[in-house]
Amino acid sequence: MLKKILIANRGEIACRVMRTAKRLGMSTVAVYSEADADALHVKQADEAYFIGPAPSKDSYLVSERILEVAKQSGADCIHPGYGFLSENDAFANACEENNIVFIGPLASSIEAMGSKTRAKEIMAQANVPLVPGYYGQQQDTEFLTSEAEKVGYPVLIKAAFGGGGKGMRVVRSADEFLSALEGAKREALASFGNDLVLLERFVDKPRHVEVQVFADNHGNCVYLGDRDCSLQRRHQKVIEEAPAPDLSDALRKEMGEAAVRCAQAINYRGAGTVEFLLCGDEFFFMEMNTRLQVEHPVTEMVTGQDLVEWQIRVANNEHLPLSQAHITLRGHSFEARIYAEDPEENFMPYSGNLAHLSFPKAQRGVRIDTGVQQGDEISPFYDPMIAKLIVHGHDRRTALLKLRSALNEVHLAGVKSNIAFLHHLAEHPTFMAGAPDTHFIDTQTDELTSSKAPSDTLVCLASIAYLAHKQAPKLNTPWQQVGFRLNQARKLTVPFTEHFVVAQAQGHHWQVHYQDFEHRVEAKLEGHQLIANVDGKRMIADVLIDESTITVMYGPYQHTFELKTKHYVSEQEHQEAPLAAPLNGTVVKHLQTVGAKVSKGDPIVVIEAMKMEYTLNAPFDGTLASYCFDEGELVSHGAMLAIVEEEANG
Amino acid sequence: MTVLNTSVNTHDQQFKDNHDAMASLVADLNDKVANLSQGGGEALIARHQSRGKLFVRDRIDTLLDEGSPFLEISQFAAFGVYEQDIPCAGVVAGIGRVKGVECMIVGNDATVKGGTYFPLTVKKHLRAQEIAECCHLPCIYLVDSGGANLPEQDEVFPDKLHFGRIFYNQARMSAKGIPQIAVVMGLCTAGGAYVPAMADESIIVKEQGTIFLAGPPLVKAATGEEVSAEDLGGADVHCKVSGVADHYAENDEHALSIARQCIERLNHQRPTQPILKDIKPPRYDIREIYGIVGTDLKKPFDVREVIARIVDDSQFDEFKRYFGETLVTGFAEIFGRPVGIVANNGILFSESAQKGAHFIQLCAQRDIPLLFLQNITGFMVGQKYEAEGIAKHGAKMVTAVSCADVPKFTVLIGGSYGAGNYGMCGRAYEPTMMWMWPNARISVMGGEQAAGVLTQVRQDGLARKGLSMSDDEVTEFKKPIVEQYEKQGHPYYASARLWDDGIIDPADTRNVLGLALEAAANAPSQESKFGIFRM
Repeated sequence: MLKKILIANRGEIACRVMRTAKRLGMSTVAVYSEADADALHVKQADEAYFIGPAPSKDSYLVSERILEVAKQSGADCIHPGYGFLSENDAFANACEENNIVFIGPLASSIEAMGSKTRAKEIMAQANVPLVPGYYGQQQDTEFLTSEAEKVGYPVLIKAAFGGGGKGMRVVRSADEFLSALEGAKREALASFGNDLVLLERFVDKPRHVEVQVFADNHGNCVYLGDRDCSLQRRHQKVIEEAPAPDLSDALRKEMGEAAVRCAQAINYRGAGTVEFLLCGDEFFFMEMNTRLQVEHPVTEMVTGQDLVEWQIRVANNEHLPLSQAHITLRGHSFEARIYAEDPEENFMPYSGNLAHLSFPKAQRGVRIDTGVQQGDEISPFYDPMIAKLIVHGHDRRTALLKLRSALNEVHLAGVKSNIAFLHHLAEHPTFMAGAPDTHFIDTQTDELTSSKAPSDTLVCLASIAYLAHKQAPKLNTPWQQVGFRLNQARKLTVPFTEHFVVAQAQGHHWQVHYQDFEHRVEAKLEGHQLIANVDGKRMIADVLIDESTITVMYGPYQHTFELKTKHYVSEQEHQEAPLAAPLNGTVVKHLQTVGAKVSKGDPIVVIEAMKMEYTLNAPFDGTLASYCFDEGELVSHGAMLAIVEEEANG
Repeated sequence: MTVLNTSVNTHDQQFKDNHDAMASLVADLNDKVANLSQGGGEALIARHQSRGKLFVRDRIDTLLDEGSPFLEISQFAAFGVYEQDIPCAGVVAGIGRVKGVECMIVGNDATVKGGTYFPLTVKKHLRAQEIAECCHLPCIYLVDSGGANLPEQDEVFPDKLHFGRIFYNQARMSAKGIPQIAVVMGLCTAGGAYVPAMADESIIVKEQGTIFLAGPPLVKAATGEEVSAEDLGGADVHCKVSGVADHYAENDEHALSIARQCIERLNHQRPTQPILKDIKPPRYDIREIYGIVGTDLKKPFDVREVIARIVDDSQFDEFKRYFGETLVTGFAEIFGRPVGIVANNGILFSESAQKGAHFIQLCAQRDIPLLFLQNITGFMVGQKYEAEGIAKHGAKMVTAVSCADVPKFTVLIGGSYGAGNYGMCGRAYEPTMMWMWPNARISVMGGEQAAGVLTQVRQDGLARKGLSMSDDEVTEFKKPIVEQYEKQGHPYYASARLWDDGIIDPADTRNVLGLALEAAANAPSQESKFGIFRM
């Protein structure tokens, strides 16, 4: 019996695995990097071990260090979670060599699925449908025409050495094939110097449907239903659901069985996911993920099973808890991934302090998997996922409504998030009607990402929050009476930097004017909660107020309003730190040599943060006196990166 | 602790009529103030702003802590006094909080005659300084003024309480440790140049502020030297060369931000602790004062109904409740600060005057600020009263009022006539601050009485010649006298001449007093020494 489990991961998945392990009576061992010393997964573990610096290549990916901790702590098994070492066959092997059970498939299975070509060969043998195509050298027109016929229209002709859409043609029917082939070849030759092309079935508007499979060491293999993960943004899943909607039972069964064949073909054990492209009634194998997926909770919700428990039982050499006949699906489930990112800035990942975090109250059918808590830093070193919000309802419609209302109650501040974007998705008619295709988000991005301007409601709530914050509920001195003016109504301009809001007191309430709107409001603040009455409507929002900002979290919307301070930043003061890091990151490149004359606007230094590069420019004409950090060094937000000395005036 | 009960019936027709009458006075007051606070008017404000300058009221808002109250004084200064309109006498003054410190702010309004000093501008400036000195409030001068209004020089320049007194006050206050900060945001010429020069710290806005004893035209006339205003006395000259100014500001916002910083660095400490206990508001709605008091000065009301709506939790512990009942005296708190209240509930008799003198002495000894609620037609007259020595009893009260060195606040809630005004701490008795309700009237006696006295004198004169006046003639004779008294006793007339510190909405009385008491608590307490009480 496995007694002590080391989780070679962090964040929500580490917490989630521990939850089950604890329920099964196992003791838990966490590992953590420098950035995670105070992380939730560390706090929740029975023991925790430091494994290295923040970058994962120096910590969570260092298998030797993790094995060392396993031995040191006496852990008898390792759960790799997802990502990091979860699909690393060498690591799986190393575990075995050290007599530590790797909770996952055999190294050989991982390896088999690691190579796309090999995987496809195995799948073809196992009779798992692949996207039909021709990838050979033979190029004569007649041959290719007949191959195209075999592949089936619509056919995609692709330059073998191509890219960027050059030498690519979608052919809808046989009579277009010849001219398209000629065109593609001509273009390929011109662009790449080689006219070799390949043929592939063009899968138009595909859906991403995947099947959860499970196998034990005793020859049992089952599928636990399917999931639809078509809502993707640049191949990143955004909202997943189970079961995949609008599939006939026959198709569902067919896919499930194909997935089982796939697992069996590689002698699989434990949890795995077989991903298919679904187009109409046809499905094609894409790849198999040999680990527990991020979106596994939706399967857990509809099957009522704990997949981590299954993993541990399999690792314990037990039989699968259920046979295929006993696996039943109940209701419908959605998972939304809540990220610290800015949908309005091309979903740029966002790091920073999670100054506020609150989730829906505990209730049936709503589950939150998270690895962070209020006050934590969302560090730039890892995936900026804050939480997974999982809901379950008796049918798709109910589950979707539940998702929307639960999203309304996820409030966070300090970082930007995709909550409003998720909410827009959840109420999009196309999505409500059924699963869209995988391109849906990319074609609707503008509609789905809200405009920069906060709604009037948010402006109004922020103003109210400001007033309520300013106006102490009990006056200790009349000097706390906000905005008192002799013989004039008490009046206050809310000092937003970007919005002009004037509030005028009328007895116990305020009249708030913003643009063309005028609202009669009353409000009180109870901790972070703003209880407002706006034109007779009671509204409750979470707010976070500090000296220079007010963040309002209302429904799925969140906006941070900057407040003017009374401190005027003079030009001189402003110039004192012009080349400061705009966010936590790494210095990538020095663009000038020290001592160089630079003109205002000249690029000086590049830093990389959250996978984006930022170039900082000279604030004025002068001389580059020095760089404060070497290339490759980590810098924190606000750190001075370089010093430019201003040219003395005339 | 005694809670005052109320016997007011808000459904009573008289109450409603009173309420409506007072409400219309308050509405007129608010309208006038709305106008006055526009300074020289929209066009001139726009022109002022187009030069990159903030309007004086915006300067004050920028200077004050976010949301800080501003207890403005003398909004009606110069109202209707001069041939031309000089709103607020061209200077906005009042108490507001800067970095948590109550400060006296005096800001010239350059949109009103270039911010030049009319006689009442000087009077208002000096009055603001007087309050600041009395309450130990740091002073911040927002200077943007062409100096003395030359046509009015005889009423502005030479006398004791004229322009020069401003600098005298600065020096004396500085000596007492009351900080003097000047922000030069525009012209600051001739005598005015002494405001920043006399200040403890001064700030000047580049390309806006200028400080010089004589401007370019005068320099040219005197010596033939041609020089621009900026080169003569701009920020560069004064911050880099002359040292007349200490801080260089890029613009108004910057200058005001520096002024805030100066206050933050004062190491200001209050002599008294802040009030930490929970403050209970009055038990009755303060707006009911409208219906209780009304606007007809002849209609009596129980002043306790007013007190009950001003003091914390309507608690009022009366002193000598059953003696000299026409004067109500007692202890209460306003926003947690103790006050001794002296309030008229009828004409003053010997007993009431003695009682008043006694109570004022009590408060002085206990260092309790005094609040006078004036509604007084005067002392009782007649042979009986003269014989019992009402003059000496009145004198005792006047002595007590004169010598009590505690903060004193006077609110004219009705009539303020004759020697009653003296005993009840009228302007001559240096109340720390003094306010008037819009229904109040102030004069040596009531218009009717004055007309009556003058008619009597006239008739006596005529009688000596064997003549007499017909009833019509009497009416005709009285009319202009009554009219004159009504006009001159009116709050707008009084406040225009700074006989008080402002007209307030009765419903603001508690707030205004609370703000004022808190401001006054910045001054260290003093021992009172009384003169001879005639026994």
